Amino acid sequence: MRNITGGRNARKKGRYWAAFLVLAVLVLIFMVLSICIGTVNIPVSEIPGILGKNGSDDTYTDIVMGIRFPRAAAAGILGGGLALSGYLLQTFFHNPIAGPFTLGISSGAKLVVALVMVASLGNALRLSSWVMIVAAFVGAMICMGFVILMSKVMDQMSMLIVSGVMIGYICSAITDFVVTFADDADIVNLHNWSKGSFSGMTWDNVLIMAIVVGITAICVFLMSKPISAYQMGEAYAKNMGLNVQVFWILLVLLSSVLSACVTAFAGPVSFVGIAVPHLVKNLFGTAKPILMIPACFLGGAAFCLFCDLLARTMFAPTELSISTVTAVFGAPVVIYIMIHRKKERTE
Amino acid sequence: MDRPGEYYFYTEGLTVGYHGVPLIKDIKISLKKGEILTLIGPNGAGKTTILKSIIRQLAPLGGVAVLDGRAMGDLSGKELSRKLSVVLTERIHPEMMTCRDVVSTGRYPYTGKFGVLSEEDWAVVDEAMDLVHIHELADRDYTKTSDGQKQRVMLARALCQQPDIIVLDEPTSFLDIRYKLEFLSILQNMSRTRNLSVIMSLHELDLAGRISDKIACVRGDKVDRFGTPEEIFTEGYIPKLYGMTVGTYDELTGDLELPAVEGEPKVFVIAGNGTSTAVFRRLQRERIPFAAGILWENDLDYPSARALAVRTVSVPAFQQISPGALEEAKGLIDSCDSVLCPLEPLETEAGTGMAAGLSELLAYARSSGKIRTELP
Repeated sequence: MRNITGGRNARKKGRYWAAFLVLAVLVLIFMVLSICIGTVNIPVSEIPGILGKNGSDDTYTDIVMGIRFPRAAAAGILGGGLALSGYLLQTFFHNPIAGPFTLGISSGAKLVVALVMVASLGNALRLSSWVMIVAAFVGAMICMGFVILMSKVMDQMSMLIVSGVMIGYICSAITDFVVTFADDADIVNLHNWSKGSFSGMTWDNVLIMAIVVGITAICVFLMSKPISAYQMGEAYAKNMGLNVQVFWILLVLLSSVLSACVTAFAGPVSFVGIAVPHLVKNLFGTAKPILMIPACFLGGAAFCLFCDLLARTMFAPTELSISTVTAVFGAPVVIYIMIHRKKERTE
Repeated sequence: MDRPGEYYFYTEGLTVGYHGVPLIKDIKISLKKGEILTLIGPNGAGKTTILKSIIRQLAPLGGVAVLDGRAMGDLSGKELSRKLSVVLTERIHPEMMTCRDVVSTGRYPYTGKFGVLSEEDWAVVDEAMDLVHIHELADRDYTKTSDGQKQRVMLARALCQQPDIIVLDEPTSFLDIRYKLEFLSILQNMSRTRNLSVIMSLHELDLAGRISDKIACVRGDKVDRFGTPEEIFTEGYIPKLYGMTVGTYDELTGDLELPAVEGEPKVFVIAGNGTSTAVFRRLQRERIPFAAGILWENDLDYPSARALAVRTVSVPAFQQISPGALEEAKGLIDSCDSVLCPLEPLETEAGTGMAAGLSELLAYARSSGKIRTELP
């Protein structure tokens, strides 16, 4: 019997490793493509030289090290954070289509960031990334609090999403209002940002987001055991010795930090949080948190790199907003989930 | 009175309820290691509330529950999870988990920081699945199994948590009779062979009476009775516990009967030897008031006759049929339109001796021309 179990486990392990390999390769490929493709196409063979800094073409170095590489790094880090944030929210609400965007959390973060930005424009202050993150976190927590309150009142999961989307619209409307009437040249940037974009990332930005997302992601990974208990439902989780209240608080904080960080740097990015965890789950054939957490991160990174590449190159020199592209690939996944779940119910 | 120290689990003045409003007060129940305690009582009486408080899902409003000599409130979540496991009515919706995966979550209190199961843990999982006979379900997707299978998977999960005590909320509700018996017999085996203590709520009174060492009856705002099945199932108690206003419950057989049809008896049934209960029930369905006799009070047909017949002529067990009883039965035949006699044959030697009176009654019915072989 032990041999049977052993054989089965080995087969599963093989699949997990293969899936991780696929994701890692995808991240690498899209990373390289993001660096090479653009108005100026750079041959792949130049890249080792540029990264090694041993006297390659200076224009190439400027483009790669000044623009494309930090942008790609940001897309990867933020994409991973976004997918993880979505995964946490789905766990928390026991709802497969919960995500920072559908629950209005991204929009809440966006609103507070926009308000802080506009308020500081007059003071001619350069806002540091940290201030932006804190502002986004405050906005995310306000919306999160509201959604949690709604979830206590409404036990139907579809209604929770509807209320989240409504909150999102309200926050977006106020943001647009603020942006429209804050009349300043700098507002052009704000406008781009409020639609969602990975453009204009600096290495300083990348460093800060790497620190914030990295630490948070490690914390999430350390929570994989309690998350697996929580997947069995609250009552059973309690019986397994999980302190559910503390767990909730941690989950809310971590997912809010992740979506706040993404919003602070890239504005609201839709559907990554829902589509990626779902796709990854199917790729691995399991929902075990210990696998899902690193896999979601890699998957989110690959997905955002791919979408950013399209946003940037499809109609160059015009750049699409990132959410436009993520929606094209993400929304069908959401529709699929809804239909699939409906089918399961009626079966 | 036993000393509390003898008990593995007991409560002292436990008061439970929601949002600070007490629902059931001053609960005093106790059980030893390896015993089975069952909560019975009407719907909404608060059985689930008591169980939830015992497993610490609900904070008690007063009193104390003691497990293995320690107040349960003092146990850490981890300590409690190694002593007590649960099977709840709450449905789980695990994603992409096989039944083995679901069972393996029971090992949670024993695994390390990342919850990875060791070889030994998997062996315990396999053993638990063998105990509840679900090995063939191991690789099946949990969400694609039937309710009965799910319930057994959840039992295996609870068992592989290696508890000293297991708490189950209406575990047999969704099971058919085969699985009800299998499920309870697994619990009984575990309690007898491994000293597992069991606390559960059941709706099936007959099964509760058979499996339980102790029964607690929840009614109104208190535990109305607590004791062995013999102490609980005394005559007339169950209808009182459930506030039954229609129909009857027989404490001895566990049989339930619908209310008797009222009115002057139209049919007389010469009954006995277990041949007539089905006839009584048929008459009840067809709304025909009837009388039955002559029954010894230890006859299989006697409880159903008492529940369903307008009049029952009976004699005490192991006694001759008295002339008075025979006269009474003849009088009833006179007033009835027809007579049924499922009790055959009375003409042969069987109709002599103790049953001579019955043969006489049949002869009387024949002479009156009212005897029928079919229902009117």
